[in-house]
Amino acid sequence: MDYVKLINCMRCGMCLPTCPTYRETFLETASPRGRVALMRKIQEGELDQSEQLLEYLSLCLDCQACATACPCGVNAGELVAEFTCERKAGNRLGMMEDLVLRKLLPHPDRLETAMVPMRLYQRLGLQKLVRTLGVLKMFPKPLGRMEGLLPDLPDQPLRRVIQEDMPGRGEARGTIGFFLGCVMSLIFSEASRASMDLLTALGYRVVTPKNQVCCGAPHMLSGDKAGLKEAARKNVDIFGGLDLDFIVTDCGGCGAELKKYGLHLGDDSSIAFSSKVRDISQVLALHKDELKALLKPVSLKATFHDSCHIAHSQGIRREPRDLVRLIPGLEFVEMENADACCGSAGTYNIGKPEMADLILNRKLEAIRATGADVVVTGNPGCLLQLKKGLADHLPRVKTLHLTELLARSMDA
Amino acid sequence: MGAPGLFRGIGGIRGTMNPLFIKELEAIVGRPHTLSDRESLAVYGYDATPELESRPGAVLLPGTAGEIIRIMELCHGAGVSVTPRGSGTNLSGGAISGSEGVVVQTSRLNRIIEIDEENLTATVEPGVITSTLHTAVEERGLFYPPDPGSMNISTMGGNVAENSGGLRGLKYGVTADYVMGLDTVLADGSLLHTGGKVVKDVAGYCLNPLLVSSEGTLGFFTAITVKLIPKPQTKTTMLAHFPKMRQAALAVSAVIAAKIIPATLEFLDKVTIKCVEDYAHVGLPLDVEAVLLIEVDGHPVVVEEEAAGVEIICKQHGCSFFQTARDAGESLRLATARRTALSALARLRPTTILEDATVPRSRLADMLKVIQDAAQKYRVTIGTFGHAGDGNLHPTCLTDERDKDEIARAHMAFDEIFDAAIAMGGTITGEHGVGLAKKKYLPRLVGESGIRVMRGIKQAFDPKGILNPGKIF
Ligand SMILES: Cc1cc2nc3c(=O)[nH]c(=O)nc-3n(C[C@H](O)[C@H](O)[C@H](O)COP(=O)(O)OP(=O)(O)OC[C@H]3O[C@@H](n4cnc5c(N)ncnc54)[C@H](O)[C@@H]3O)c2cc1C
Ligand code: SF4
Ligand code: SF4
Repeated sequence: MDYVKLINCMRCGMCLPTCPTYRETFLETASPRGRVALMRKIQEGELDQSEQLLEYLSLCLDCQACATACPCGVNAGELVAEFTCERKAGNRLGMMEDLVLRKLLPHPDRLETAMVPMRLYQRLGLQKLVRTLGVLKMFPKPLGRMEGLLPDLPDQPLRRVIQEDMPGRGEARGTIGFFLGCVMSLIFSEASRASMDLLTALGYRVVTPKNQVCCGAPHMLSGDKAGLKEAARKNVDIFGGLDLDFIVTDCGGCGAELKKYGLHLGDDSSIAFSSKVRDISQVLALHKDELKALLKPVSLKATFHDSCHIAHSQGIRREPRDLVRLIPGLEFVEMENADACCGSAGTYNIGKPEMADLILNRKLEAIRATGADVVVTGNPGCLLQLKKGLADHLPRVKTLHLTELLARSMDA
Repeated sequence: MGAPGLFRGIGGIRGTMNPLFIKELEAIVGRPHTLSDRESLAVYGYDATPELESRPGAVLLPGTAGEIIRIMELCHGAGVSVTPRGSGTNLSGGAISGSEGVVVQTSRLNRIIEIDEENLTATVEPGVITSTLHTAVEERGLFYPPDPGSMNISTMGGNVAENSGGLRGLKYGVTADYVMGLDTVLADGSLLHTGGKVVKDVAGYCLNPLLVSSEGTLGFFTAITVKLIPKPQTKTTMLAHFPKMRQAALAVSAVIAAKIIPATLEFLDKVTIKCVEDYAHVGLPLDVEAVLLIEVDGHPVVVEEEAAGVEIICKQHGCSFFQTARDAGESLRLATARRTALSALARLRPTTILEDATVPRSRLADMLKVIQDAAQKYRVTIGTFGHAGDGNLHPTCLTDERDKDEIARAHMAFDEIFDAAIAMGGTITGEHGVGLAKKKYLPRLVGESGIRVMRGIKQAFDPKGILNPGKIF
């Protein structure tokens, strides 16, 4: 890790109030400033990589709220992730990690066969598998704790059944390459279907190459940078062969990773790939008037939760709100600290359930205070985490992906 | 890391800080709130002051004022020193302790105890974040003016201990002007009440002002009562561009001479403008030497009149472009941009040394010249911004701690700047405090008698010298 990135932190503390783990603990070791200092002191030889130190660093959610707050351009969350990745890179992949990262994720067919039906495989040990590697960037809690809470799984993963090339309706607007995240395809296929419906209704031709592979974020989490690069290469080649205006995803986590391909691989084709990547909200927001004409009244009170991967990593905040506000009859209320992490954060809630619960409870309290009927968000990890939390504590409130809500209004 | 000897005396008695003693502390605040592992101690060794670091012997996070009393009693008996800490954002090394002392962080004492609308006061625990108090009182149409750049994280205890200023200091004054009452735990654990909700009080020595800006060396605040005022009905934010730095400085003096007292009158020089613009993108000009950010507030009629006056005066002094914020959102963006000045400057180079020299307002233009000359003479980059209306500038040296030669030159430049400030009838620190960082300059300013009186006061409050020792003098 580059030492300068660490000493750029001037210790001003501006990041402290936005860091979820500092907010819960008030501990310097659980703050962005403290984390940067810990890593710096390792490099300076003042501290070694003790278990205690690694434990402190592992409490970071990589939500990057600190990066948004830091005026010096320090990204403590990303630096911790980089540190973890570098540290793990020295180790050989465990058997389980090797199986999933190398043998399953890069091969959607195998992954899907392994995942369906979920329940059966949970019994056969998939639970452990998922736990060890955090396949889905986002499973909240050990699966056992949420077994009955998984949303009804689609009969077929969307990738299997989707029409690879969907023509646009009405006036032609261009061609979109659709990046279908693993979890969107396997669990939230309704939302991705809604995303495609909205795009085609606006006149876009939507191409969803079936041979695309996992975005690589789970590899990064496990320190498997080679695996990440391999995934990136594959996707860049697949989408690069098509003549596209945008590459769109409705998974915040995938979007954040796809936008970094250019950085990871550094060649022209991957830079071109990354520059075309958009979160679905960015593309829909280009056509607000046209979209508004398609929407019918929905009488709901809605609030919006910013996914870290969308608000902090990609800097997108206004577009999704503008879109929710387009819906006639819908009342929009902001919740307090809408861009504070919900505690899902990849596999975080598996490894750090107590902290994840504290953070989730704060989020649920903010949702409760709005009196909303529905929480809207743009990332599958947040959807799972909020679904679980709300079912336990606030069952009146439902969760919807942004495009599900919009499609509902379109089809109302 | 600092001059040799700088850290002398910042811990307590050698050898007392041992596992048994830490167990006793743990019995007071509880296990999860007692930190003594290497890693924790290492990250409680700094605050926001560049170059200064020293590990404490233990860190405590008490949850009640009662626990603070018991900590003080125990440490007093054992001769262990205690350094209060809020959020660790001070810029003078005030929250740094030696290895024989404990750091006591107040963050868990974060209740707003009362907002008294009849007496126009608020009483808070010391760990309340400044901007949290702002929000709470503004919801009721009231106003707590002190607003340091760090207000989203600084604590009220830290603000009182440093007598922090802010962007609204020109019209509304600094923290000291609002502190009405304090509950202070003294070195031996006894409790001292000073002041209260009364507006007038001449019973004996006036101790509040003495405790304000005591930097944790006289007592530990456990409750703070501050004065509130009605929230100004309206405000207007303006931005004036000046091709020459001197023009801006003269405009500041002229505005005040015209008997207009803006709430905010902030100055940013070219280096700062560029950094802030790179970070905040609010449309600051990149081709001028200085901008002034001006805010007038109060009754709508007066605000309009004063804003017009400010515009005329700025234009008379060579202002090349004058912009009035169209709405509250734009005002906020401009003010926020100014708030980030320090951190934005810090982007340029790894190490940022920020100073706090303050001169009578009428000498502002001279001071700016001194800073410019010193930067040139010692070949260092200095960005200057600050509370121009208060004569309080923040010349900020952008450097790299790995370049020892440059660091040495930076300190020489500041030496000259401080001497000039003193010669102009100014001071070495307007709001950041002396702490460790400015210790060596204090005698130059207050002289031997000043130091003698201060030592006497310290002796009266804390004869054993266990409260934040080694700071100020
Ligand atoms: C980006 C930035 C901008 C800033 N802008 C300004 C500004 O505009 N104006 C300004 O004046 N300052 C400013 N500061 C300096 C700093 O924020 C203030 O000094 C602030 O008051 C410190 O608060 P804190 O809670 O961080 O206190 P700390 O840094 O934790 O402590 C400061 C001092 O107060 C003592 N202390 C803390 N709590 C107590 C207590 N309960 N009882 C007794 N003593 C106590 C400590 O021992 C220490 O000496 C800025 C700092 C930064 C990093
Ligand atoms: S990470 Fe950024 S905001 Fe946080 S203390 Fe360091 S410089 Fe300040
Ligand atoms: S990424 Fe999130 S949890 Fe980690 S330091 Fe930054 S704000 Fe805190």
